[in-house]
Amino acid sequence: MFGLEFDQIFFVLIAAVTLGFSVLVVTMRNLFHAALALMVAFLGVAVTYVTLGAGFLAMAQLLVYIGAISILIIFGIMMTRRIMSAEEEPFNGQAGLAAFTAVIFFAFTTYVFINYWPAVPAVSPLAMAPEVDPAMIDNSVVLLGQAFVNPNAYVLPFEVASVMLLAALVGSVFIAKPRIQEAEA
Amino acid sequence: MDIMELLKSLLELDLGGYLQSVGTAVWVINLIGVLNLATACMIIVIFLIWLERKVIARMQDRIGPNRVGGKYGLLQSVADATKLLSKELITPAGVDRIPYNVAPVLIVVASLLTWAVIPLAPGVIGVDLNIAVFFVLAISSVSVVTFLLAGWGSNNKYALLGAFRAVAQMVSYEVPMIVSLLVPILLARSMSTVDIVEAQGIPFIVVVPLSALIFFISALAETGRTPFDLLEADSEIVAGFHIEYSGMKFAMFFLAEFLGTLFMSAFFVVIYLSGYRFFGVEELMIGGLHIGALLGFIVFVVKVFLVYFVFIWIRATLPRVRIDQLLNFNWKFLVPLSLVLLLTVAVMDKLFLADAAQIPKAAVLMVTNIVVGWVTVELLRRRDNDGQTAVSPITEEAVTAH
Amino acid sequence: MLDNWQFIAIFVLFAPLIPGAAIGANWLLSPKKPNRIKQETYECGVEAVGSSWIQFKVQYYIYALVFVVFDIEAVFLFPIAAAYGLLGAFAVVEIVLFVLILVAALAYTWGDGSLEWV
Repeated sequence: MFGLEFDQIFFVLIAAVTLGFSVLVVTMRNLFHAALALMVAFLGVAVTYVTLGAGFLAMAQLLVYIGAISILIIFGIMMTRRIMSAEEEPFNGQAGLAAFTAVIFFAFTTYVFINYWPAVPAVSPLAMAPEVDPAMIDNSVVLLGQAFVNPNAYVLPFEVASVMLLAALVGSVFIAKPRIQEAEA
Repeated sequence: MDIMELLKSLLELDLGGYLQSVGTAVWVINLIGVLNLATACMIIVIFLIWLERKVIARMQDRIGPNRVGGKYGLLQSVADATKLLSKELITPAGVDRIPYNVAPVLIVVASLLTWAVIPLAPGVIGVDLNIAVFFVLAISSVSVVTFLLAGWGSNNKYALLGAFRAVAQMVSYEVPMIVSLLVPILLARSMSTVDIVEAQGIPFIVVVPLSALIFFISALAETGRTPFDLLEADSEIVAGFHIEYSGMKFAMFFLAEFLGTLFMSAFFVVIYLSGYRFFGVEELMIGGLHIGALLGFIVFVVKVFLVYFVFIWIRATLPRVRIDQLLNFNWKFLVPLSLVLLLTVAVMDKLFLADAAQIPKAAVLMVTNIVVGWVTVELLRRRDNDGQTAVSPITEEAVTAH
Repeated sequence: MLDNWQFIAIFVLFAPLIPGAAIGANWLLSPKKPNRIKQETYECGVEAVGSSWIQFKVQYYIYALVFVVFDIEAVFLFPIAAAYGLLGAFAVVEIVLFVLILVAALAYTWGDGSLEWV
């Protein structure tokens, strides 16, 4: 069909689903439905990872984004006082500014990918990942594990990640604290 | 000769290998594998419901199902399923249609999918992923979402409250489960379930008994079984998140619960009880026929049912805990304990046991596990005796729930 | 690797047919006599009052938050555990440090009283 491989059709399909549900996330008026649409968008990204041979990343996407972040978002929605079933206006005065920022960010990342990312061939926007040795993909999790603790690779980001998690937790608990005391009173 | 080859492949549980040798396409073989696996799961669950009712009845000095299908009531579940088929599907007014109808389907899909990575016998596995354990965790976290879908979609306060409790319980107990699973992965040096089974010359329940215990307790909570069956605490939230479902839609939640419990038994067997291995019986060859595959499968099934029996036994023995006890027990006992255990095993393994032989290493790790567990229990006891705020949920003062 | 995922893909496509068939058969066989009383939201003997989508307490959020932290921790630790045989002794120090920082996070929420169920 149009000279496309099965892989490419599949990719376009998944990308369309992901983008479609992303649009729904920002346009739906019921916040719970928006959160559900967000989950489907996350799922689409996970499927894309699988087609690229990054199974570990795909499962991490499921575990962290669908299993944890989405639930956090839904709990957040349920905590707010009136939003629950109220139909919120999805656009406010900052919509234009947000769109502008998004376009700038997209242009910037595209520029970086095309010019500074050697692994991505800038031949066609539909170009699939270059052929990789299958043994390397099977072993990728172990390589990843080694890279995390290798002083010449990612040990600093690895440790900083845990500090960042600590900071995020302390910060959120600090913000939530007055609500807990309010609930106790 | 072809028939002989086919019979041989069936006896060796290697139908896929035979089909491949006659040139069947890979996706057809995969489809047949999926059909086998899913059908087997369904049939076993029907049997399982009967088994559970019978065993519980016996433990409570009752007879249990004894009318339908002969003296032992073997067809009771079939009769129940048929009855449910003829029940009206009542959809309450004001439900949120999409989440309400997706939830019962999705929960069954999630509990079926995890079976893909369980090695049932030597060489018999849906798919040997190199991230199998991680896959299981990811899929179970999707099933958590279905509770929210059902609870929200039902337009019922009890359902939503039940769903929130269920999710809080699931996500909480996922933490000790993940951390305790890291220990066997660390010892097996792999996330593949096949590699983990192959690494268990000595079953991990002997090597790291504390990790196995933490996993088992978390598994009880993850599947919502007694004493952690707060998701459907009838006296508090009626039936929990599936209160507004009737007929087959309700049966799907029931089915998923049994599938989930059976899966947790199988997963426990694979991770801690060396799966299909039993003193080398799984490698037995008789006259060129790999009969060990069949024996390994029988060994696996027997082990799974033994673990499942313990699940039933606990259900018949323990009363339900309160929600504050449940969450305190997790965050203030299981999580810290599992983290301490993980660090201890990691340090011991690398610094002291890097070159040790298998048996001394296992012995040292087992003693370490027992010491960690004993010290924890001793510390808790001291603390209780000092009259301070107890960490143990059993002795904690009742705080008002809700 | 992709062949492995083919099995999962077929499974994902096939699995919904089982609950779908069961519910579909039920829908075909069952009586369909809805009425207003039958379709009311369940409540213990009285009529349900107000919206069911009510506000929830903040504790649920805190538990989910702590869970996110440990979930992300797991994503980091799983590959390290799988590669453990190939790591040097220095890696142990890094892992211990990593986990201890997270234990500090847990200790903070614990000491803060945020883990209490009120």
